[in-house]
Amino acid sequence: MNTLAPFFLLTNASRISWASVPVFSVTKLVRLTSEMLQSGARLCSWFGVPDQDGTILVAVLALDAESILGVARSEPVSGSYPSLTPAHPQAHLFEREVWEQHGLVPVGHPWLKPVRHTCDNAPANAPFFRVDGGEVHEVAVGPVHAGVIEPGHFRFQCAGEDVLHLEIALGYQHRGIEEALAGGPHPATMHQMETIAGDTTIAHATAYASVLEALGGAEVPLRAQWLRAIALELERLANHTGDMGALALDVAFLPTSAACGKIRGDFLNLTALLCGNRFGRGLIRPGGCMHDLEEKRLLTLIEKLKTHMGDVEQAMAWFWDAASVRVRFRNVGVVYPSQATDIGLVGPAARACGLVRDVRFDHPAGWHRFSQTPVAVWPSGDIFARARVRSLEIQRSGRYLFEQLEAPVDGEIQTPVPAPLPESMAVALVEGWRGEVCHVALTDHYGRLRRYKITDPSFHNWTGLALALRGTAISDFPICNKSFNLSYCGFDL
Amino acid sequence: MFIFDTLMNRMRRGCQTMAYPKGPAPALPDRHGGTLRLDAALCPDGCTQCEGVCPVGAITLEPGQGTRLDLGRCLFCGDCVRTCPHGAITTTNDHRLAVRRREDLILGRSGEEELRLAAALDKKMKSLLGRSLRLRQVSAGGCNACEADINVLGTIGWDLGRFGIQYVASPRHADGVLVTGPVTKGMELALQKTWEAVPEPRIAIALGSCAISGGPFVGHPQHNGGADPIIPIDLYIPGCPPHPLTILDGFLRLLDRLPKHNL
Repeated sequence: MNTLAPFFLLTNASRISWASVPVFSVTKLVRLTSEMLQSGARLCSWFGVPDQDGTILVAVLALDAESILGVARSEPVSGSYPSLTPAHPQAHLFEREVWEQHGLVPVGHPWLKPVRHTCDNAPANAPFFRVDGGEVHEVAVGPVHAGVIEPGHFRFQCAGEDVLHLEIALGYQHRGIEEALAGGPHPATMHQMETIAGDTTIAHATAYASVLEALGGAEVPLRAQWLRAIALELERLANHTGDMGALALDVAFLPTSAACGKIRGDFLNLTALLCGNRFGRGLIRPGGCMHDLEEKRLLTLIEKLKTHMGDVEQAMAWFWDAASVRVRFRNVGVVYPSQATDIGLVGPAARACGLVRDVRFDHPAGWHRFSQTPVAVWPSGDIFARARVRSLEIQRSGRYLFEQLEAPVDGEIQTPVPAPLPESMAVALVEGWRGEVCHVALTDHYGRLRRYKITDPSFHNWTGLALALRGTAISDFPICNKSFNLSYCGFDL
Repeated sequence: MFIFDTLMNRMRRGCQTMAYPKGPAPALPDRHGGTLRLDAALCPDGCTQCEGVCPVGAITLEPGQGTRLDLGRCLFCGDCVRTCPHGAITTTNDHRLAVRRREDLILGRSGEEELRLAAALDKKMKSLLGRSLRLRQVSAGGCNACEADINVLGTIGWDLGRFGIQYVASPRHADGVLVTGPVTKGMELALQKTWEAVPEPRIAIALGSCAISGGPFVGHPQHNGGADPIIPIDLYIPGCPPHPLTILDGFLRLLDRLPKHNL
């Protein structure tokens, strides 16, 4: 714990005063952060805060084993600072983002280019890394892809069928969410939080609500925390089921694919039973939840969940029973555990590399302080492992839901939230179905939002997909991509 | 074993595709609410409560004009319905929301308490597309919820293929584009190029409040506030996101494929 000492320590979903965040020279902040990462911490967020005399850099770290977060900041800087990336690749996109937003140059960054900046009517994402050689050819895909899917650009460097390098360029979906938050919260803010990534509505809405509750000093009624935990698992079930179906479809295993397509909709309808919207919009608000699960509705939910869990378990059983499916996924799209640690993977993608990382378990907040589910881990790092982790999580989320629904918590579902305290900072992590959703808020002298930083799990994990493709046949890209199923808009914000 | 299992499962379940549109439409979730109705005549002078709670400015109260509600902007969050003490804005539990003209989404004038549902394509277009419609979907800043509920129509429960409607990979194979998202600056060029690549005659559908007005991001400079100024829209399907039933109703309405009892 001594190594943490220079950082201010706090627990998930709590507030601290901005003055208590220790200030270092930028060189020292980079050195201390580097030491922390070296000793096993993870970089949750790294961002700039505009200040009169330049930009203040803020580091938010997670020490999973100690269930604690650490924050520190730099003095205002302008110009440049020594890059973290050469020693800690997990910082590479954060540093590019800071450069894009504040013009601070991370000296020594190996691949400094925009993250989501657009030039006229398309992202400024060129030039791309190129491999030269007589046998080498380049394949460009996107932004508009073959299916009904969000836009992004993939540039493959191939030798024959094998991919030597894949560069993923995003930014097409940038809607200006963080920029709009300055001076907020505004009337539309909650709705924007629900649409950061539409399939992760519950996780992002919970993170935002937790941040505002921490800033205002409100403790949400237990029943509302219980409802949020239920909605979070329903969201996980729907998306994991959809992913299993998509993986099955891409290896032409139609029984599971056809069944999962329908069951995914069945799970979305359970969220709609709770709040009217299939994606959970309108359920979570700062201070609690907007809709209750009264007894009759609860019984309906349990009844339907039983049916759908039975269906999905059967569809999973066909999938794992088929040797033709298993062989297609083994040793394809491998990310090694050391790579996963270096690039800071989160969520099922990290757990499929044997890393035990799960915010619900490592940094419990809300209802997860009282009830947890075992972390699902698989060691092999390939598509098989990513499918296996999802499949295990489907089972465990189902079991968790039955446990929770059988023991409802009494009480109110809403409490008033006081206005955010001025000059404060709050951090909230939530384990969405793709992994760690991180929201960091900083308030100004009047209690308005001075800076709000959102990190979707996809921000960490896109690099994982790029690494998984190295040495893999380009024809396996679709199954590799589906095995990660990352968010474009969650990244682009 | 799985072959035997799956065959048995298929036999036990039979056809899982819903009876709609031949049969009645499935009910929306009870908390969904469906489309909204605005009886502006019930609004007393000087009452502005609904305008204040709308997060995206879908409700306007201009002097001498009365209350107007733009369902193209609306996120269907229900805050105005809960707030209105006069019962002027109400939910209808009606899933039908698709319209042909942008102005048909604006409620408030006398006789325009509800939206004006879409008319079918003209005779020539209907003969061309009525039994086979291929759409190229373009997500231009969509959050993946509209996209997910577009995709769900292809699953066995909805089986969009039975109407001859299909999503295709190439704009060259398409009869039209289906746009989601507020059309971010980053996707503007890509959308234009996709649209130009679709052979004429072609149609364009704007799906979700983002593609119609900018949705929850209305007013941000990073997007175009919907698809309308960039490509001409033939069908608007509002919602955040629209329920799959609303989307299917829109497609079938446009192609004149709905039986009378579901019109």
